[in-house]
Order: sequence, then C-alpha cells, then structure tokens
Amino acid sequence: MSNSSKSKETFSRTVIFVFVICLICAALVSIAASSLKPLQKANKLLDQHTKILEAAGLSDVAAKNGVDATFEKFVMPKFIDLASGSFTTGDHAIYDERSDSRDVAKSSAVKDRGVGLRRRANKAVIYLVKNDQGHIDSAVLPIVGMGLWDIMYGYIGLEANLNTVKRVVYYELKETPGLGAEVQNPKWKALWKGKEMFDKNHNIAIEIVKGGMANCKTNKIYCVDALSGATLTSRGVNRTIHFWLGDEGYGPFIAKFGGKLNNGELN
Amino acid sequence: MSTDTKKVLFGPIINNNPITLQVLGVCSALAVSNSMANALVMSLAVMMVTAFSSMFISMIRNQIPSSVRIIVQMAIIASLVIVVDQVLQAFSYQLSKSLSVYVGLIITNCIVMGRAEAFAMKEKPLASFLDGIGNGLGYGAVLLTVATFRELFGFGRLFGIEILPLIQNDGWYQANGLLVLPFSSFFVIGLLIWAVRTKKPEQVEKD
Repeated sequence: MSNSSKSKETFSRTVIFVFVICLICAALVSIAASSLKPLQKANKLLDQHTKILEAAGLSDVAAKNGVDATFEKFVMPKFIDLASGSFTTGDHAIYDERSDSRDVAKSSAVKDRGVGLRRRANKAVIYLVKNDQGHIDSAVLPIVGMGLWDIMYGYIGLEANLNTVKRVVYYELKETPGLGAEVQNPKWKALWKGKEMFDKNHNIAIEIVKGGMANCKTNKIYCVDALSGATLTSRGVNRTIHFWLGDEGYGPFIAKFGGKLNNGELN
Repeated sequence: MSTDTKKVLFGPIINNNPITLQVLGVCSALAVSNSMANALVMSLAVMMVTAFSSMFISMIRNQIPSSVRIIVQMAIIASLVIVVDQVLQAFSYQLSKSLSVYVGLIITNCIVMGRAEAFAMKEKPLASFLDGIGNGLGYGAVLLTVATFRELFGFGRLFGIEILPLIQNDGWYQANGLLVLPFSSFFVIGLLIWAVRTKKPEQVEKD
C-alpha cells in the first residue's frame, strides 16, 4: 500500500487523473443533455398547450382529439403591445417572456408593487381561440404574480367579450400543498366559470372574498370564494388578476378589443 | 444468491437502514414524502445514482489519489444526478416538475456519498453496485412508508387516487394540515425509528 499510494500521490498524476475524470463526466452530461433536449422541449410545450386549452375550456376536446391537434386547429398565438393594447408582430415560437421581462430594453418598471414584480415585458403573447365555426370564442391571457412563497405563473381564459371568465389556470407555483396549491384544485377552478371581470362602468370588479360568498359586497357575479386556509395565496391571485386586467397589464388591450374581437381586423 | 449478496442487498432495508439506523438522507425524506408518486420516483432516482456511482467509484478505487478522493467522488455523483434529472425531464415531465430541485439535491444526499466512502472505496464493483441498490431500497422503504401516512392522512389520497373523500370535495374527511407540511415527516420518521428499535434493541445507541 505504501508504495502504490506514494506513486498515486504525485502532483502531475493527480492533476492528470482529475482532468481525465472531469472530461469523462463532462462528456456524459453533455451527451445526456443534448440528446434529450428535443424530448424535454416537446414535454414543456405540450404542458403549456394543455394548460392554454384548459384555460379556454377545451380540455375535453383535447382529451378526445389530442392536445397538439386541438391546439393547432383552434388556437392562434398573437403578440400584443401592452402599453398601447394593439397587436404587434413577433415569433411566438422563440419568444421568452421571462427573459424579456429582465431585459431593460424590452420591459418596463412596474408601478403596482403589490403584485411582486419589478418589471414586466413590453410585449405579451396571448392566445385567441376559435370555435368550430372559426369565430373567435375566447382569449387566453398569461398572468404572472406573487403568491405566498414565490411567483406563480398561469393563464386567464376569457370569453370573446374579454369580460366573462372561462377558467383561471395556474401551471407553475411553489405554494403549500393542500393549502395554497389548491388553486389547482378543479373545484376551485370551476368557481371562476361565468364570473365577470368588469362592472358596467368598465372598472375592475372581480374580487376574491374571504369567508364565503356572504361577504361579497357587490354582485355574486363579481365574487369568487377564497381558498380556505390560504388567505395569502388568495390575496396574491387577486392582486395578480387586478394587475393584469389594469392599465399596466391587458387593460388597454381589453378597452380596445373588448366585444370587438370578431370584426375581422385580426386576420 | 449467497448470504453475503443477500446481506448487501437486503440488509439496508431494516437491519442497516440508511435513514432509521444511520440517520442519513433525512433532508430529502422530509421534502418529497408528501405523495407516493414523488416518493417512488425519488427513491428510484436515489437508487440509480447510488448504485452507479458506487460501481464507477469502485472500478477506479485503486487509481483515485486519496488527496482528491472526495472531489472525484463528487464529480461522478454530480454527473450521474444531472443525467437522472435530464432523463426525468425528458420522460416524466410532470413528476420532474413536482420534484423540482430535490432531484438535483441528490448530489448532497449523504447516503450516496456515505456509500461511496464506506463501501465502494473498498469493495469490488458488482458488490458496490448491489450495495447501492440495497441502500436505495432502504431509503425507498422509509420514504414510501412516510409518504403513505402523509398522503393518506394529509390529502386523503394514495398515488393521487382519493381514498378518504375530503370535505372540500363534498366528502367527510378533514385533511390533517400538519402532515401536508414537510416537517411533519420528523414525527413519522421518529415514530418509525422508535418502532424499528423497539423490535431490534441492538440498534439503540449506547449513552
């Protein structure tokens, strides 16, 4: 042992040994990462498409006809410029909202501190969803905002009037399982269906109310029962939705196109 | 199967369990034991990493300069963990999403490192491989036991299938909110260690 351990311990041998091990490990990792990349990308896209279809209320159709086919047939991704609310151009296949919202040139500072974001991207990809007749039936708008523990990512599905809710779907969150993570509970998601975001004067009216619908101060159509045991997450969802429906979010777009999404100027 | 092989392979399940006897790898046992599916995938991942890292380390055990031995072990373990993580992302996206950072944290799981140091540096590759599988089984046995308690009483489900209908889904069961939180595993693991040591008093440490 003493002889062999001495010969193992020379400086140059140690350096060479570590170098070779690192090379082998690096090769292994790179091969795995690059050969599995296409599958991982496809998984991610499939997950995203599934959630968009769910927000548009097309989960059943997707289950029957396949997610890709349904998405291809009914969903049109569109870029909008958030500040003006107009449609703009871009390649949605390579667009990354998260990297844009960190890029000073492509994002703006957020004034509303409550939502937990410092900046938001200037552009957004929204998804217009057609019905069988080819008319626009709903719009799916991505939302981002702070929950209790971390930023939560989701979609609001609105009917073509950009007021009536179809679904609110979260797809990435780190809330407490059983409490805040119940925003993903189908029962709670179903509460959103048919609610209205804006009152007759076009002010944001939707509100998540704590302690049951009896506490709803306005009209039941503007109130959603909060998650029990998850006051802070519910508050986060409320703030997130208010932010994205407001002037810094999709407000200008909704003011411009609410009820007019079918007038042909999209195509 | 010879008795030696059996001992290496099945010993770590109860007699020499990495969690209940050696109290290693508790961190991830707390974090990912809230559902059976998570616990199962995590156990498989740990088993694969422990088995293959022990095997590779054992293959080169006579070549490793002892001054950099821990670094070399870490490099091998870390590479395998990344490979496992990539495979999960490619073939089981939903689970890799719910396991999130914990797959990556297998790198710091003391069981993997512990087996490399204590076993693979001395024994032949095949025995080291089996030792890794065995310790993975031991880790998995504890994880699945804890997950059974936590998912059943915390969520009323097992493998995502509703067993006890929850009040919020119009059933009768009021879920135990404590079991939903990671630290509740301390209680379950504690009770488990107590149970094992009552049955096997030789595992009790002397004062």
